Amino acid sequence: MKMLTRILVAASALAMTSAMPALAKTFVYCSEASPEGFDPAPYTAGGTFDASAHPIYNRLTEFKKGTTEVEPGLAESWEVSEDGTQYTFHLRKGVKWQSNEKFTPTRDFNADDVIFSYDRQGNAENPWHQYIPGITYEYYTSMAMPELIKSIEKIDDYTVKFTLNTPEAPFLANIAMPFASIVSKEYADALDAAGTREDLNNLPIGTGPFKFVAYQKDAVIRYAKNPDYWGTAPIIDDLVFAITPDAAVRLQKLKAGECHLMPYPAPADIEGIKADASLKLDEQAGLNVGYLAYNTTMPPFDNPKVRKALNMAINKQAIVDAVFQGAAEPAKNPIPPTMWSYNDAVVDDAYDPEAAKAMLAEAGVTDLSMKIWAMPVQRPYMPNAKRTAELMQEDLSKIGVKVEIVSYEWGEYLAKSMEPGRDGAVILGWTGDNGDPDNFLSVLLSCDSAGEGGANRAFWCNEDFSKLLKDAKITADQAERTKLYEQAQVIFKDQAPWFTIAHSTQYVPMSAKVSGFVMSPLGDFTFETVDIAE
Amino acid sequence: MVRFILSKLLYLVPTFLGITLIAFSFVRILPGDPVLLMAGERGVTPERHAELTAQLGYDKNVVLQYFDFLGRLFHGDFGNSLVTKKPVITEFLSLFPATVELGLCAIIIATLIGVPVGVLAAIKRGSWFDQVSMTTALVGFSMPIFWWGLLLIIFFSGILGWTPVSGRISLMYFFPDVTGFMLIDSLLSGQEGAFGSAVSHLILPSVVLATIPLAVIARQTRSAMLEVMGEDYVRTARAKGMPASRVIGIHALRNAMIPVVTTIGLQIGVLMAGAILTETIFSWPGIGKWMIDSISRRDYPVVQSGLLLIAGLVMVVNLLVDLTYGLINPRIRNT
Repeated sequence: MKMLTRILVAASALAMTSAMPALAKTFVYCSEASPEGFDPAPYTAGGTFDASAHPIYNRLTEFKKGTTEVEPGLAESWEVSEDGTQYTFHLRKGVKWQSNEKFTPTRDFNADDVIFSYDRQGNAENPWHQYIPGITYEYYTSMAMPELIKSIEKIDDYTVKFTLNTPEAPFLANIAMPFASIVSKEYADALDAAGTREDLNNLPIGTGPFKFVAYQKDAVIRYAKNPDYWGTAPIIDDLVFAITPDAAVRLQKLKAGECHLMPYPAPADIEGIKADASLKLDEQAGLNVGYLAYNTTMPPFDNPKVRKALNMAINKQAIVDAVFQGAAEPAKNPIPPTMWSYNDAVVDDAYDPEAAKAMLAEAGVTDLSMKIWAMPVQRPYMPNAKRTAELMQEDLSKIGVKVEIVSYEWGEYLAKSMEPGRDGAVILGWTGDNGDPDNFLSVLLSCDSAGEGGANRAFWCNEDFSKLLKDAKITADQAERTKLYEQAQVIFKDQAPWFTIAHSTQYVPMSAKVSGFVMSPLGDFTFETVDIAE
Repeated sequence: MVRFILSKLLYLVPTFLGITLIAFSFVRILPGDPVLLMAGERGVTPERHAELTAQLGYDKNVVLQYFDFLGRLFHGDFGNSLVTKKPVITEFLSLFPATVELGLCAIIIATLIGVPVGVLAAIKRGSWFDQVSMTTALVGFSMPIFWWGLLLIIFFSGILGWTPVSGRISLMYFFPDVTGFMLIDSLLSGQEGAFGSAVSHLILPSVVLATIPLAVIARQTRSAMLEVMGEDYVRTARAKGMPASRVIGIHALRNAMIPVVTTIGLQIGVLMAGAILTETIFSWPGIGKWMIDSISRRDYPVVQSGLLLIAGLVMVVNLLVDLTYGLINPRIRNT
């Protein structure tokens, strides 16, 4: 026993002296979840994209760091036809593919790679469509790419023409999303020949700032700086993801110097992080919205006056203070203020229980009782739905509305909240995919998404509103589109299909030694610009 | 003895079938399905939902699905994960050594501390040592693992800085998996300090995982010792003037160990349950953490086959315990 103790003490002492990598410029990120795989196309989780699409791959267009603005990526420039249905991309020359033990590229990135990357997702006949049995391309499908893309043609090695069925203003932003990452056709052919197709998902080869080195399942992912990167080379030499699912443990690791940066701190830890001199905290308004969606097809909630009255009875600021602990901005529009076309002229319904009571009486509604659905999980846009529902319940009871709070297991909650005959108003939210207002408004509030299985949980279909969205979608000029979206927000506020709750602030704690990290409004974690002080 | 073993093995068949049914039904009883969870807030149209469900093979009658599952099992096919698309058995085997390593360390700690404490408490029955150790054992037995783990991390890693917070080895060490057991692989790697780092990473999680078994073993040892020490032969040995150390160490302890060995064997199930939480707190890449992730994603094949593999393992260990028991105690094998 004594011997064992001695060994343990000696071992821990030894380990302590070398707890932090001594190698120059190894950056450790305490990531939250294990990646589902390293091919970005078949997956939907942000944690998977942080481990695959962002470090390893590039897309034709990219989001400019720290913004949702689209900038050239693997496409150096592009032209859009007059009618908005043809996009001709001029590809960047001299972009090198990465290599690994099994593969050494013989050529640079070219048009064949672009066509392969899209065709394998959209064309069921492509031999790579099902390169792993049971694989699906959910983002490609849900961004309506199959309906949108008519054809993709190779004009020459460095020119590709996309023909769309209808004009689509957000197209350039859509193809900057992770699912549209460009993979190597030559690598795929080599894997085909070797009979190890699944390695496209296990041993990724891209054009991005970091090369994949190794993945120990559920534990560690290692990357090395890509020496041939076409963009600005990363400052750090090695990038390591230490997968740490628990937020409290992530923070302990950060404090102990076992990692340099972590995502998603627990809201209760924010104050402590701010007070710790060895840490710093970046914050940014999130590209999200939390809301309460009424079922606008069920009486009396089909009457905008009733919805408006309920909205006026809820003390929004109290929710922001108590549930978000101040780390949010009260929401008045369905899109966040950081998004272009946000209509700041819209005036939120004032918190006024007396007026709300009068309005409800005016609408002829007495003895109203309703259900409020509170989701069982914490999401980036909503730290505690149950507490939020309780505050709403209390406020509504003051105007004589009885509220019953219901909740279901998460999967069931998502399913049942989509059922058209749903009884009650549902708390839910959204985080933007690509920074385009259409990605909020059309997805969440258009007539098209009000059907069964759509994300319009208010089942709200306002023809005028939907018409504005459709017009905006086929308008190329952003100033024009802004006007249309601004009008749409006015209709939204007037018709009140939701009680808009808040846009929550996102926090990223990191070691005080870290510099150069840029928060992404889209919630991505990318590390090519970070540096660590010695 | 052969008959004894055969009869034990025969019992395994219905038990195993029962487990396949439980493992299969468990994840299907949970509300929500993998397609919906994948779609998230975005939603999914009923057509697309049906299409994806069919693609996953979950549109078939549940009974048919069960027999499908059973049929493939007999061919050694445990299915593929819906999320990673990799064979469940491959994932299990790659993660299993981490859990075994943690579990073994925990059971060693629990036995090395639990048995002496139990013996001492029995000898000094009613003393302050007995009372303090047995009360502590009761507290240990009722300890919420998640809270306990976090508390130890904050104290030993955060405040004192004695142990690393989580993981299996410092990230500065990087070598290929040979056996999957970090203690062995770190030695094989020949990298200086790697073994020490692996040991230091094992300390807190194994202490946390050992807590409940330790309490059970200490209490079981104490009561077994008390029972044995009241037996005639022990009294006779004492009366013969045999030294106390010999009476306790040889005569009493040997017989008292029979139920204790059984208890230790039965702790394997407890360890598996504890591993789920312990691995999640300490970011330990084992099968406990894997199961939790898979349940939350409704990864049916992983949950059903993973449960089955774990249950099968517990069954085998229990069988071994039964057999050992039969070896120690002839009365058992003849009944």
